[in-house]
Amino acid sequence: MDKEALLTAVQEKLKAQFGEGIISSELLYDYPVFTIKSDLICDVVRFLYNDDELAFQYLTTLAGIHYPDNKGQELGIMYQLHNLPKNLRIRIKIAVSINHPVVPTITPVFSAANWMERQEFDFFGIIFNGHPNLKRILNMDEMTYHPMRKEYPLEDGTREDKDDKMFGR
Amino acid sequence: MSSKNKIEKLKTDNSSPSIIEGCEKPDEFSTLNLGPTHPATHGIFQNVLKMDGEIVMDSESTIGYIHRAFEKIAEHRPYYQFTPITDRLNYCSSPINNMGWHMAVEKLVGIEIPKRVQYLRVIIMELARISDHIICNSVIGVDTGAMTGFLYIFQMRERIYEIYEELCGARLTTNIGRIGGLERDFTPKAWSLIDKFLVDFPPALKEFENLLMRNRIFMDRTIGCGPISAERALNYSFSGPNLRAAGVDYDVRVMNPYCSYEEFDFIIPVGLNGDTYDRFMVREGEMWESVKIIQQAIEKVKKEPAGVFHADVPEFYLPPKEEVYNNMEALIYHFKIVMGETAIPKGEVYQAVEGGNGELGYYIISDGGRAPYRVHIRRPCFIYYQAYAEMIKGGMLSDAILTMSSMNVIAGELDA
Repeated sequence: MDKEALLTAVQEKLKAQFGEGIISSELLYDYPVFTIKSDLICDVVRFLYNDDELAFQYLTTLAGIHYPDNKGQELGIMYQLHNLPKNLRIRIKIAVSINHPVVPTITPVFSAANWMERQEFDFFGIIFNGHPNLKRILNMDEMTYHPMRKEYPLEDGTREDKDDKMFGR
Repeated sequence: MSSKNKIEKLKTDNSSPSIIEGCEKPDEFSTLNLGPTHPATHGIFQNVLKMDGEIVMDSESTIGYIHRAFEKIAEHRPYYQFTPITDRLNYCSSPINNMGWHMAVEKLVGIEIPKRVQYLRVIIMELARISDHIICNSVIGVDTGAMTGFLYIFQMRERIYEIYEELCGARLTTNIGRIGGLERDFTPKAWSLIDKFLVDFPPALKEFENLLMRNRIFMDRTIGCGPISAERALNYSFSGPNLRAAGVDYDVRVMNPYCSYEEFDFIIPVGLNGDTYDRFMVREGEMWESVKIIQQAIEKVKKEPAGVFHADVPEFYLPPKEEVYNNMEALIYHFKIVMGETAIPKGEVYQAVEGGNGELGYYIISDGGRAPYRVHIRRPCFIYYQAYAEMIKGGMLSDAILTMSSMNVIAGELDA
């Protein structure tokens, strides 16, 4: 199945099942990407897991993204699913508001999501509703902020010995 | 209650409270801190074990002791400056990490890599895979009490590091290759080192295998130790040798080939039970396949036009220094690359390579700036290490140590 065929096949199945929950779909490089409503993510992942034809039963990875200018949808998460027997890969994206960053967990479907979601909670402060053990994983528990958000500088902002105006972001 | 019954009960009952907070019957179980700095963990991570005598009833892993915020650093560095940081992921096979990063950026930018460079990269990556598996397998030997194989086969790892040294000047954290190709061509000395390695390595590996593979003590020690079923391994998103040991033939090199891996003739070794012995055997098999791949790659390189070691992409590939000093155009490109003024297209890509211990993926979002907007690294260790608690549950403490070393958990990659 080539990428366009996969894109339309998944799109049709999701549209039939979830209707308006599917916001958009496009082909980015070699990945079909679907944007869906954030509260549907667990249902969509479970539906794709159980579907006989698509059977996305391998969670490749998931990652949080922060778009500070995207008001109302500042935090995003992307999930990459893989169908190993047929070698089909898709990416699903959701977006939530930074003021209420709550999304359903997908740990009931994939055990692997446990630490991945803990990592994104640690980095971005996204709260995965229903996660069995949602606490920081890489940073220390006493940390009061979520360091991967764009407003946190890489280094201590009071440093004066280093001028990054011309270089770096 | 006998310990066997307890284990059975434990396996069905998953509602036990966090052991760090204390267990219900403190008189029955003892808590053991394995790590953070324990010589048997081969890295800095902590496991708090709930023990009944020598049997592990439950465990909880704490990681992050060497977290260095790679994903945050990546958002503040030009693309070419992130390569040395990828070295520090799985530092047992840094060249694969470097190549994965280069390929991800090349995919984002749309650079076509000449065939010869791809084959050279294959040679480097397979050498790295061999060195990675040498470390893991010989350390399994050490943890079962067999020091000889470890010391013996490490000579071969040293030989691989000498080849790296000849190729790029570094040994462990290599920073090998550049976006668009390699920083220099293989020297005649590098070729002769590789040829010599290919002659000396198979007998050495054979001898290493003779020490362990059909060794009664080693087999009794490792068969059935820390097993995981294929279903659980897939649910935990295992990849690499650990998944193949469970019987799933998923290899990124075959399923989504990069660097012309589709042209090479090799098999994917798979195991059956997903236990320590199978993981050991899968890695052994892969080392033999890697030797085969390197031999094929050398033959293929000979058929390609000599002297090509990078793509013709002046906007991304630094010109040689003597041209920078004498040639206006080269100076401009040099300045543009170093100052980060080259146009990077907007987009997002995911590029996975088969790392030493699994699918190593780079996910890059570019907003057209000189640094990536977001980089996410799929680190195989981080993903499969969470199954560790499940794999050692109900086993002996000494099996827990062995399971950890056979999973090839590298702290640098785990904590990124």
